Amino acid sequence: MNTSTSTFVRTEMLPEQAPPLTESGAVKWVRENLFSSVLNGILTVLGVVIVAYLVIGIAPWLSRSVWNAGSLSECRQIIAERWGEGVTGACWAVIRERWPQYLFGFYPSHLYWRPVLAFVLLCVAVAPVLFDKLPRKMLWFSLVYPAVGFWLLWGGSVWVPVMAVAGFAIGYAAAKFLQPVAGTIIAAIAAVLAPVLWWLFLAGPAADALQSLLPIALESVRSREFGGFILAFTIGFTGIAFSLPLGVMLALGRQSDMFIVNKLSVGFIEFIRGVPLITLLFTASLLLNYFLPPGTDFDIILRVIIMVVLFAAAYIAEVVRGGLAALPRGQYEAADALGLDYWKAQRLIIMPQALKISIPGIVSTFIGLFKDTTLVVFVGLLDPLKGITDAVRASTDWKGIYWEPYIFVGAIFFLFCFGMSRYSMYLESKLKTDHR
Amino acid sequence: MKQSVFLGTLAATTLLAGAALAQGTSTLQTVKDRGELNCGVNTGLVGFAAPDASGNWQGFDVALCKAVAGAIFGDASKVVYIPTTSSDRFEQLTSGRIDLLIRNTTWTFSRDTDLKMDFVGVNYYDGQGFMVRNDLGVSSAKELNGATICIQTGTTTELNLADYFKANNMTYTAVPIETNAEGEQQYLAGACDAYTTDASGLAATRAAFADPENHVILPEIISKEPLGPAVRHGDSEWGDVVRWTMNALVAAEEFGITSANIDELATSSQNPEVQRLLGTSDNLGAMIGLEANWALNAIKAGGNYGEIFAATIGESTPIGLARGLNAQWTQGGLLYTPPFR
Repeated sequence: MNTSTSTFVRTEMLPEQAPPLTESGAVKWVRENLFSSVLNGILTVLGVVIVAYLVIGIAPWLSRSVWNAGSLSECRQIIAERWGEGVTGACWAVIRERWPQYLFGFYPSHLYWRPVLAFVLLCVAVAPVLFDKLPRKMLWFSLVYPAVGFWLLWGGSVWVPVMAVAGFAIGYAAAKFLQPVAGTIIAAIAAVLAPVLWWLFLAGPAADALQSLLPIALESVRSREFGGFILAFTIGFTGIAFSLPLGVMLALGRQSDMFIVNKLSVGFIEFIRGVPLITLLFTASLLLNYFLPPGTDFDIILRVIIMVVLFAAAYIAEVVRGGLAALPRGQYEAADALGLDYWKAQRLIIMPQALKISIPGIVSTFIGLFKDTTLVVFVGLLDPLKGITDAVRASTDWKGIYWEPYIFVGAIFFLFCFGMSRYSMYLESKLKTDHR
Repeated sequence: MKQSVFLGTLAATTLLAGAALAQGTSTLQTVKDRGELNCGVNTGLVGFAAPDASGNWQGFDVALCKAVAGAIFGDASKVVYIPTTSSDRFEQLTSGRIDLLIRNTTWTFSRDTDLKMDFVGVNYYDGQGFMVRNDLGVSSAKELNGATICIQTGTTTELNLADYFKANNMTYTAVPIETNAEGEQQYLAGACDAYTTDASGLAATRAAFADPENHVILPEIISKEPLGPAVRHGDSEWGDVVRWTMNALVAAEEFGITSANIDELATSSQNPEVQRLLGTSDNLGAMIGLEANWALNAIKAGGNYGEIFAATIGESTPIGLARGLNAQWTQGGLLYTPPFR
């Protein structure tokens, strides 16, 4: 066998070959993601057709945008000049001319800096709540922000919001000083009663007296001058800020063993959830007037805010109850075993977990609430979507305009709702501690 | 905490309400004490009521609000415009949030009696008409048998339409719409053959189209829509103030009193009725609880009826409405004011 030199063992490596065409690059991705089965293939084609149809329909209209014009007819003239007769185009000039009305409603134009400042400060106040890396001391500002924001938006004497905040200080002081002397229960009652009495009877005269001593005031702006996005933000953010604590209390109330608390909470939640928001708004705007003396001006925005807070709180309560129900019984027992009282157990063990579970539900309630602020149009307030748009369309210059205002307002709403949604995802991933 | 404040306020205000209702103050006195007139207007209707870019309300209805404020305060700017929707306008009035409703509201039997409104007159005689595309080849509403028609729900126009087609033994398919803007959009998109609403609204709508020449408003007016200001039932003194302010504007046009010559006429006119109207002789104002020059101030607010009409909805505006029924009785119209005596 001298011919044993014939080799059957390869001595050099073959060069790497490119993977088959169907298993690499774009083709693979398309195969796996778009055409992995017949059904997926059909759906992909359908989707592409729909998107293409929309783009073909909208893109030419969008590409023929006019930004500088004084009226819709002028817009049409410009479009006809530039792109020929008979074509349609977007007339954004209406937004360019009326955007202050969309943002500020009828707020006096020389005072626009106030809502803007209020909004900037709102961001500062909200930041430490949203991001825990920021210094905790900023939370003090968040606590007083409602008073600051109120003063900036509505103006008037600075002492009114100061006296309102003083009510909380009085409640705190009452609890602090009475506790060692008179015991917990009396201190707790005093902590609730003292501020209420203060707000009802003393805060007004005190604010007046201080105002005459030391007059610091901003030009006051009345609620009817609010409109557009200031209205949406005022109602939306106040609603969000107050409905969460109220909703948590209601959820705890519903779980409580105390008969009255439990039944009141259940009754409230079920009643509010069983009634459309519009009904509550009509109640606030119309029904209440029959009970008020003629000529009383119980602020319409305040009424709407109260109703929106109550409405959202009922939903939040059910969302949080879902979170509470998802907690294993062991967590409650562990808290008891540690010797924590009810409030400590809630604060340190139950709520942090329950709220974490409830984040998606809470945020979608908030997003819904924010969008529902446009419903105030039915009680004659000028919401950005329909109230302001109808007012703009009623001018002879802009009658006949249809899509542009809706697109503009929709885009702003999308910006904020999408922001909220992304934040909730960030929060969920940050708080993720389980190993599922 | 928030809730207890709310409930406390509610309880306190309910008590106050009882006390105040027992007193039964007159609207005129309430308005004077407040220093402002709360005038309920449309949330936005071309030519009748609309805020401009800087938020000033303008329009035909708004001008009447201003005239009433002028008559009461001598200052036409003392008006708070409260936008009302078609669904809440009457409640706004009965509940007292507005003193006066001037919102192109049709004066009907049931609204006057059952809803406890008092219509003090008619500031615009309207009627329901139809608009169709030229290429439909229709020249009369009688030819609309079997047509699809865009119609705003919950308005008198909806009922008129049904009545008209029934009376003429024709059928139609209604395309319900919510607002005028939506109606325009549906009509332009071809969702309906005809669009029906008040003729003034049709004219304004047609004027705003890109191609008004391709649309025609049919000659038939199928209903009477007397639009007028309304006040609460049971306060006749207040009703008188509004009624006679409106009459003063109409009378001013009849006598040729305009915002240009009013000051001159007030001092030099020899016509005794003009003198009485402008407060130069007699004191008519005292009889309705106003100053002697109340009508002078009302007319100065925006001119006489004809001037207001021309400036807001008349033929020189894009809406381009002819006077028609809204001309003086001397010109073949329906404007006829009782004498100022």
